[in-house]
Amino acid sequence: MLIHPEEILETIKMVSNENLDIRTVTMGISLRGCSHPDIDEMNENIYNRIMYYAGDLVRTTNDIENLYGIPIINKRISVTPIAIVAESCEATDLTSVAQTLDRAAEDAGVDFIGGFSALVQKGMTPGDLKLINSIPRALASTSKVCSSVNVATTKAGINMNAVALMGRIIKETAEMTKDNGGIGCAKLVVFANAPEDNPFMAGAFHGIGEPDCVINVGVSGPGVVNSALRSLEDPTLGDISECIKKTAFKITRMGEMVGKEAARRLHAQFGVLDLSLAPTPAIGDSVASILESMGLESCGTHGTTAALALLNDAVKKGGAMASSSVGGLSGAFIPVSEDEGMIRAVQRGSLSLDKLEAMTSVCSVGLDMIAVPGDTPSSTLAAIIADEMAIGMINRKTTAVRVIPAPDTKVGDMVEFGGLLGSAPVMPVHKFSSEQFISRTGRIPAPIHSLTN
Amino acid sequence: MSSSRFIITVIGIDKVGIVAGITQVMAQHKVNIVDISQTIMDDLFTMIMLARITDEDFDLAAFQKAISEKGQELGVEVKVQHEDAFRFMHRI
Repeated sequence: MLIHPEEILETIKMVSNENLDIRTVTMGISLRGCSHPDIDEMNENIYNRIMYYAGDLVRTTNDIENLYGIPIINKRISVTPIAIVAESCEATDLTSVAQTLDRAAEDAGVDFIGGFSALVQKGMTPGDLKLINSIPRALASTSKVCSSVNVATTKAGINMNAVALMGRIIKETAEMTKDNGGIGCAKLVVFANAPEDNPFMAGAFHGIGEPDCVINVGVSGPGVVNSALRSLEDPTLGDISECIKKTAFKITRMGEMVGKEAARRLHAQFGVLDLSLAPTPAIGDSVASILESMGLESCGTHGTTAALALLNDAVKKGGAMASSSVGGLSGAFIPVSEDEGMIRAVQRGSLSLDKLEAMTSVCSVGLDMIAVPGDTPSSTLAAIIADEMAIGMINRKTTAVRVIPAPDTKVGDMVEFGGLLGSAPVMPVHKFSSEQFISRTGRIPAPIHSLTN
Repeated sequence: MSSSRFIITVIGIDKVGIVAGITQVMAQHKVNIVDISQTIMDDLFTMIMLARITDEDFDLAAFQKAISEKGQELGVEVKVQHEDAFRFMHRI
C-alpha cells in the first residue's frame, strides 16, 4: 500500500480526536462593477453578483468535505470594501447595503459575509465616512455581516481621526446590540496593515488588488499541535519548534489540497492558504493550552510572549514549506472568548489586557474578542486601538482590535456570544484618562525604517 | 483529485463478520479492493483498504451512507475518504 497504515490512522486521529479542520473556505468576490448612484439599483447589482458566483459555494464545499473526510466548518464570502463600491452612491445611509449582503449570505447559505469595510489609513473620502457612520445600524440590523476598518499602515502611519471615530462607533455598536451583550462589536475589527486576502472573519474583505473571484482557505488545528507537543518526552525548545513545524506542514498540505479542489470546481482562482492556529471553545482546541504545554503554569505569566513567538514562527515556517500559496494572516490567533485556556487564564488572574497587548507584537493578529466594562469611555477604546495600531505600524505586521464594551457589565462578569464566538470574561481597563491625547486630531506619521533599535 | 481510489478504514471492537459485512456493501457498489491490511491496535480491530471505483455512475454519498449504516450494524466506525487526503498530508 502506497500510504502506511500508521499515517492513515494519524490523519484520522487528527480529525476525530484533535479537532483538525478546514476552518473556512472563503470566496472573495469583486463588487467593483456594482456601483450605481441609486442605492436600490446598487443593492440589486450586489445581490445578483454574489449569488452568481457563490450560489454553489456551500454545495461544492460539502461535496469536498465528504470526498476527503475532512470537516469544513465555515463557508464564507468576502467582498470589495463597500466604501469603495458605494462611493458614487447618492444615499448617505448604507445600512440597506449591509442588509443586502445579509440577505445574499442567507440565500447562499454561508455563515458570514465580510467586507462592510473601509480603508482610511491616510484619510477618509465621503464614501468612507458614510460607511463608518452606518456601521452601528448595519451590525444591529444584520446577523451575518462583518465589518472592518483599516486605520493604519506602516507606509501611511496612523489616522488618529479615524481611531477616535472608531472608538465612538464601537461604543455605539455595543449600545445598539446591548440585548445580545454587544455582539455587534464581535463582528467589527479595526486594523493596521489589513491583508487583502484574509479568509478569517470578522476581518475578511476582498482587496482591490484581487481577481474577480477567488477562493481563500483558512486551516486550523491548535488541538493537533497541542497533542503533538504533549507526546514529546522532555523536549528542548528546538525539539518543540521542530514538532510544531512538522505539524503545521501537514495541516497546511491538507488545506492546500482542499483549496485547489474548491477553486477548480467553482471556476475561481485559488488565492491563499491561511494557516492560522484559530482556537475554538472546544476543550483542547486552545492556543493557551499549547503555551502551557511548553511549560508555563498559566498563560499570561512571564515567558508567555517568548513561548508565543516560538509558536508563531514555527507555524509560519512549517506552512511556508508546505505551500507556495501561504498568505492572509498565517500565525496564531489569541481571541480570548474563543479559547477556553485564555478564558481560564483571565479568570485565575494570570492574563491581563496589557499582557495580551505584548503578545500581539509577536503573534498573528491582535487584541481579539476581548470584553471590557460597558462604561469604558470611547476615548479609552480609541486609545487601546491606537496602541495596537502602533505595534502593527512599527513592526510591519497586521494587528487588529476587536473589543466589546459589553453594556451593563462590570469586571469579572461573563458575556455569552454563543457558537464559535464563545463567551468572554469582562476584563479591566486602565482608569486613567486618554481623552486629551485622543481628541488631538491628525495623523501619527509613518515610521522610519532605518536606525532600528 | 488525481484518481478514483479511496481509503476505507474500519475501526471498532473485533467480532465475527466485519470483513464480510463491509466487503458485501463494497461489492454492491462495484468498489474493488486494491490492497487490504488488518491489525489490532489498542485492542481495536483496525482494517484499512485501498479501493478503486470501477462504476462510472458511482455515487459517493450513497456509498458512504450505505457503508456507515452497515458499520453501525456491526458496531464499528467506517470512513471512506479519497486517497489524496492522506497522500497530500504525508507525501511530497
